[in-house]
Amino acid sequence: MSANIATKPRLAMYWAASCGGCDIAVLNLHEKILDVAAAVEIVFWPAVMDAKYRDVEAMPDGFIDVCLFSGGIRSSENEELAHLLRRKSKVLIAFGSCANEGCIPGLANLSTVPEIFAASYGDGNSTVNPGGVLPVPRWAAPEGELHIPVFAPVLRTLDQVVPIDYSVPGCPPESPRIAEALTALLAGLTGTGPLPPNGSVVGGGISTVCDECARTRNVKKIDRFVRIQEVPALDPTLCLLEQGIPCNGPATRDGCGALCPAAGAQCIGCYGAADGVVDYGARLMSAFASVVEADEPEEIDLILDGIPDPVGQMYRFSLARSLLRASRAALEADGARLPAEPDAASPEPALAGARGRWRR
Amino acid sequence: MTRITIDPITRLEGHGKIEIFLDPAGEVERTYFQVPELRGFEQFCVGRPVEEMPVLVNRICGVCPEAHHMAAAKAADAAYHVDPPRPAKLLRELLYSAFYVADHTTHFYALSGPDFVVGPDAPVAERNLLGVLKKVGSDAGGRVIEARRRCHRVVEIIGGRAIHPCTSVPGGLTKGITVEEREEIEATARRMIDFGAFSLQLFDDLILGNPGYVEMITGPMYQHETYSMGLVDPAGKVNFYDGRVRIVGPDGALHGEYAPAEYREWIAERVEPWTYLKFPYLRKVGWSGFTDGAASGVYAATPLTRLNVADGMATPNAQAAFERFYATLAPGAGAGPGGKRMVHGRLATHWARLVELTYAAERMLELVTDPEITSDRVRVVPTERPTEGVGTVEAPRGTLTHHYWTDEKGILTKVNLVVGTTNNYAPIAMSVERAARSLIHGGEVVGEGILNRIEMAFRAYDPCFGCATHSLPGQMPLEIVIRDADGGVVDVRRQFC
Repeated sequence: MSANIATKPRLAMYWAASCGGCDIAVLNLHEKILDVAAAVEIVFWPAVMDAKYRDVEAMPDGFIDVCLFSGGIRSSENEELAHLLRRKSKVLIAFGSCANEGCIPGLANLSTVPEIFAASYGDGNSTVNPGGVLPVPRWAAPEGELHIPVFAPVLRTLDQVVPIDYSVPGCPPESPRIAEALTALLAGLTGTGPLPPNGSVVGGGISTVCDECARTRNVKKIDRFVRIQEVPALDPTLCLLEQGIPCNGPATRDGCGALCPAAGAQCIGCYGAADGVVDYGARLMSAFASVVEADEPEEIDLILDGIPDPVGQMYRFSLARSLLRASRAALEADGARLPAEPDAASPEPALAGARGRWRR
Repeated sequence: MTRITIDPITRLEGHGKIEIFLDPAGEVERTYFQVPELRGFEQFCVGRPVEEMPVLVNRICGVCPEAHHMAAAKAADAAYHVDPPRPAKLLRELLYSAFYVADHTTHFYALSGPDFVVGPDAPVAERNLLGVLKKVGSDAGGRVIEARRRCHRVVEIIGGRAIHPCTSVPGGLTKGITVEEREEIEATARRMIDFGAFSLQLFDDLILGNPGYVEMITGPMYQHETYSMGLVDPAGKVNFYDGRVRIVGPDGALHGEYAPAEYREWIAERVEPWTYLKFPYLRKVGWSGFTDGAASGVYAATPLTRLNVADGMATPNAQAAFERFYATLAPGAGAGPGGKRMVHGRLATHWARLVELTYAAERMLELVTDPEITSDRVRVVPTERPTEGVGTVEAPRGTLTHHYWTDEKGILTKVNLVVGTTNNYAPIAMSVERAARSLIHGGEVVGEGILNRIEMAFRAYDPCFGCATHSLPGQMPLEIVIRDADGGVVDVRRQFC
């Protein structure tokens, strides 16, 4: 691999259906961003520098050494770019929660496109639309036909569209973890250090948020879950889960530094499934069950009733890559694509192995 | 019919795309500004617990998550009929003020700075953040980086995280700040006040001292006489965190002032089939197309319009800057709620942004030196049954409204969002069309400057379509493709070739 890097590694960063927070997180390397800029040649980064779609198309295949791809795949345009950047990149990294597991926008997979459109464009509230006008991919304006990308039936993760080489977790990835990940990758690519095992998670730990949380655990059982606004005062040093707050720490990969619990808020799971966990929600359910003081299944059910939004709780960030993936109706609308397979026309990634890891 | 496509390729999704159609004489017939993105937050937030909204809606925008976090926090408070303790409100506003300084800094220096500091006709290679830093000197560059870093740190102290804060819950905040943290924030506030003065002086020296730039700001190409919207405090001064929404007409006459919860009586949104974004307009005036004037319901919500609706600024340096702004751009007394004339030159938005930056910095100092700021009384437990709530803040890109309906357990049953940039969708489309009409004649794209001049028409709004059309070091690369009626490419002009 390192033999292929004649000059400085060429870096690209792209945002698909994302909020831009991943790009801001990279910029928040502050002074270190200058080190990164000095160590690589940035060839494509729409958030930060001039770049044109056609210029990317004009690049030879494999021209980009490392591409950080953030955002989920929601529109036909997102999908086209995923294929294009896969083709142009030696190493494609699913960067941040959206690309890896769908993130919050992946919760839209619980709904069908007509439902989503009805909520956004339906007559009522502030929207005045008695004629039921909806955006359409091709519309004949009096002056000529206008095009907008097709809004897909479901949001997909990057690896459900093309093979990936690495993943960087987090919403957004924390800046110190980004620095570590880039440093390790650049060392590997330039032959000054070992390349991380292909298919691996970089910029995240191999344990759980609980292991880096400073709060004390007493292996105490709880008899009910409570919602954070219902508790007059939380103990600032005691495990939130043991205070009845449905904290997602036990199922979530470490790497963030347990920032939210340190600030008195429960972990919401933005770093995704802990190492080796196949289905985030299943692991969290099991972790919750283990702290519950109950012997009978009925009692456990009663306690879990204290979690008012089970799907959101268990799959807040990971629905799109979970075993469920989406509601039945949304999946049926997306039927032609099931099971999600990478585009056969795409070349294998330079670092094989990612596909097996992330595909079930 | 000849067709011209302008694609700000920087934002391959979520960007704005411009289609310009020319009539047989080669004059502009119509332009379409399209937004090709939707993610569906209003649908998929239904079913979620309302207390999660402040963290869920952060993910609408990673550039301005603080705005969504605060609007959601206020809407969730309102849904629970709970009023957070004063220290919690002070801390939220303190976080928000630091965010404003950081966001306006990024826009002025990285996005719009290149057009003015370096110049709209400067060589393309210099028209970026590096060119700005070269022009103003490395000391200034260091101050810009410092402002950004320090303000993000304030967000992290109060919000728990520098991006996507997590501490607002119904009834207040999950934590307060320590005495040491307060001292750090006070030091930052003082530095930011200096930075505001420095930035205003820079604007004076480089822009107001240049007759060409003043002509550009006051000239007709970037003028639009729409209604103006902004949040004002009880004294009628600009406020970002709370207040009533005031709307004034193009001539400065008051159209109305309302509590945010009444927004639906005042605001309506229109759907067009050729774009995923809706067009808000004033319900009581009505939609009459992409046109300005008092008979058109099109309004704008930007730093410029916030100044236009207000009676002044609540802090001394900002007030002085406010007075100088109107004395320079609208000399002589006039109508309007503040006894001043309206400014409609959209490029003046950049100056207004620095007036606001100064206010945000001064407000930071007021808040952080409040005796209650380190109080641990930052949360009350809601006791009433949740129903429905509206939360409004001024996002840097416009008045932001979140409206939630819940069942008796606080589970969302309906969500309606009117987001900052969305307010400005119609005015941006109009500004782009006006620039195109001014610059394209006889089917010819006149001069290399057209790309940047059209870009400047919407950059003034700091648009954030699909949450970030932000192109941080200053350029939104544009490509204009001129096609004949059969779709064949006649000519391609690019900004950076």
